[in-house]
Amino acid sequence: MTSSSYATARPVQIRWHPAIVRSAPVIVIVLGLIAVWYVAAVLMNRNLVRSQFERDDTPYTTGELIAGTLDAERPLLPAPHQIIETFSEDVFGWPVTSPRSLIFHSWVTLSATFLGFALGAAFGIFLAVLIVHARTLQKSLLPWIICSQMVPILAVAPIVIVVLGSIGLRGLFPKALISAYLCFFPVTIGVVKGLSSPDPIQRDLMRTWSATQPQIFWKLRWPSAVPFLFTSLKVSITISLIGAIVAELPTGAQAGIGARLLAGSYYGQTIQIWAALVAASLLAVLLIGLISLIERWVGELMGGRA
Amino acid sequence: MTLSWKQAAMFVAAIGMLAAVAAPLSNEPTADLFGRPMLLAAILLSAALYAASAFVSARLSIAVTFAGVLVGCGVTLVLLRDDTIEGYAASGFWVLVLANWIAAWLGVAALASVKLHDKAAGRMVDLAIPLLFGAFVFYLWEVVVRGFGVPSVLFPAPSLIGVRFFESLWMLWQDFFQTFILGVLTGYAIGCGAGFLVAIVANRYTFLGRGLLPIGNFVSALPIVGVAPIMVMWFGFDWPSKAAVVVVITFFPMLVNTLAGLNAAGHIERDLMRSYGAGQGQTLRKLYLPAAMPFIFNALKINSTLAFIGAIVAEFFGTPTLGIGFRISIMAGRMALDVVWAEIALAAIAGMAFYGIVALAERATTFWHPSYRT
Repeated sequence: MTSSSYATARPVQIRWHPAIVRSAPVIVIVLGLIAVWYVAAVLMNRNLVRSQFERDDTPYTTGELIAGTLDAERPLLPAPHQIIETFSEDVFGWPVTSPRSLIFHSWVTLSATFLGFALGAAFGIFLAVLIVHARTLQKSLLPWIICSQMVPILAVAPIVIVVLGSIGLRGLFPKALISAYLCFFPVTIGVVKGLSSPDPIQRDLMRTWSATQPQIFWKLRWPSAVPFLFTSLKVSITISLIGAIVAELPTGAQAGIGARLLAGSYYGQTIQIWAALVAASLLAVLLIGLISLIERWVGELMGGRA
Repeated sequence: MTLSWKQAAMFVAAIGMLAAVAAPLSNEPTADLFGRPMLLAAILLSAALYAASAFVSARLSIAVTFAGVLVGCGVTLVLLRDDTIEGYAASGFWVLVLANWIAAWLGVAALASVKLHDKAAGRMVDLAIPLLFGAFVFYLWEVVVRGFGVPSVLFPAPSLIGVRFFESLWMLWQDFFQTFILGVLTGYAIGCGAGFLVAIVANRYTFLGRGLLPIGNFVSALPIVGVAPIMVMWFGFDWPSKAAVVVVITFFPMLVNTLAGLNAAGHIERDLMRSYGAGQGQTLRKLYLPAAMPFIFNALKINSTLAFIGAIVAEFFGTPTLGIGFRISIMAGRMALDVVWAEIALAAIAGMAFYGIVALAERATTFWHPSYRT
């Protein structure tokens, strides 16, 4: 990366502000990707629009054709401005309680995400505490927990829905359970790592002070596990969101971002699918931001070493 | 003589086995254990083994305990073959199961605390512990489901799933071929390959790398599986759409990890390469790529699980009448949960084997890395 920094006689260089050095490549590439997107939209929707013109028997120019590809109703690849238009209409154009509002659907998915995340994180921490304190569990259970992640867990989702549905649990809880099942793993691994991160010397020191097990846990192990915990939580909240979205697919849910994706795919509403994807991405960013915020707050409470 | 709590617990297990003889086996009228002399003998044997294990040396006691657990579990499984017990099991039966549970737990705990100097033997023990643990979990599943008579529509017993698995091997193979060989492997190869190549190019041109790394990190955090319906629309119902989803999902983790790995080569090593007068290609081959190997394998491992999930999710949006995800959603709808579980077992075996092969390849190629040289 720094191969140029060793070049001898170099011409006078302009020193850019570091923020510009950091953001310029990102901005250029994003702009480039958008340009590629527009070109791809023209190329992919070309045949669709052309056959439409020919069916209507209207003569058309190349300019009209290109304009048509960027404004088609059910394009193969909608242009970015179409997606933004539909997105903002779905978000702001309807009352929040309307089933056409994207905020409504986001909320449905978000509530399952939060419940699943809370369950998953609690279960993950619980498992980690058990594993750190019982050598038997570490040797017998941890390999199975790792194996459980190599299994495509989403395959289990329909069963969870069916079994829980047959004992009368429907709606939010089964979805949350699936997302909890998906997201507990990073928490367990991270917290196990964090709880065992204090040096043996520090543990010995606690023992020379004749600290009890709970004291060692609350005063040494837990505080040193907190940074690990938050790193894992950031990973697991996006997984939890994915879990909640995917759990809506096999259930034939009526509301939620997954349901939007499914409906869009049934009726060929490509723009709607893309708008739902944008919403999902924004949710992911928001959720990670939320965790980062809590992380900073907790860090300050604990003495702000970060 | 004082008893350690482990010895005491073994005695509890032994007494439990004996107490079960007096308690009723079933809520239905059935022959008690005195009417089944073979089983009674087996129970006495396993109780004797549990009691004996409290007095022999530590190593021997583990073997004796597991012999007792084997006999004890065998008794309960034989009992379940009786129609008057399956589904109607009562306190006597559950006391047997509980006693076995205590003994098995102590056995695994004892095995976990064994310290071996021989490395190979130590590895065998580390492998045996989770296997024994898993085997007992399956035993509990089997016994609880059949003992309480849980309808197999809700929760089939492992034995039933096993039978279904071997009965429908041909169907399972077809689904496996469609989802795994065609969808997952193709997409995995293309996605990882593309991510790798783009990372190499981005490493060559610093500007590109600086732009792609934050974007890649950002996209990796997004719920990309959502592109599944779009891919199904573009590439049709058959396997190419599944492969396409897998390509999109696996591309970014590979890109980000390879970029990070290519940056892992130290300044001193780079200077050394330059002082040797090594060319771009040579430096890449002999320094950058070996240094990046652990990162690349990390991405390969992450992707091996992501790829499978992506392919299965894509099948929810439309398939030809084949594939693991398709079969699971159809059969779950028909409440044929034994087939569903057989498919899940298939997916589990395939997923673990896939991950295992990648991990083995990692060991074979990066054996020199500090993380393996312990």
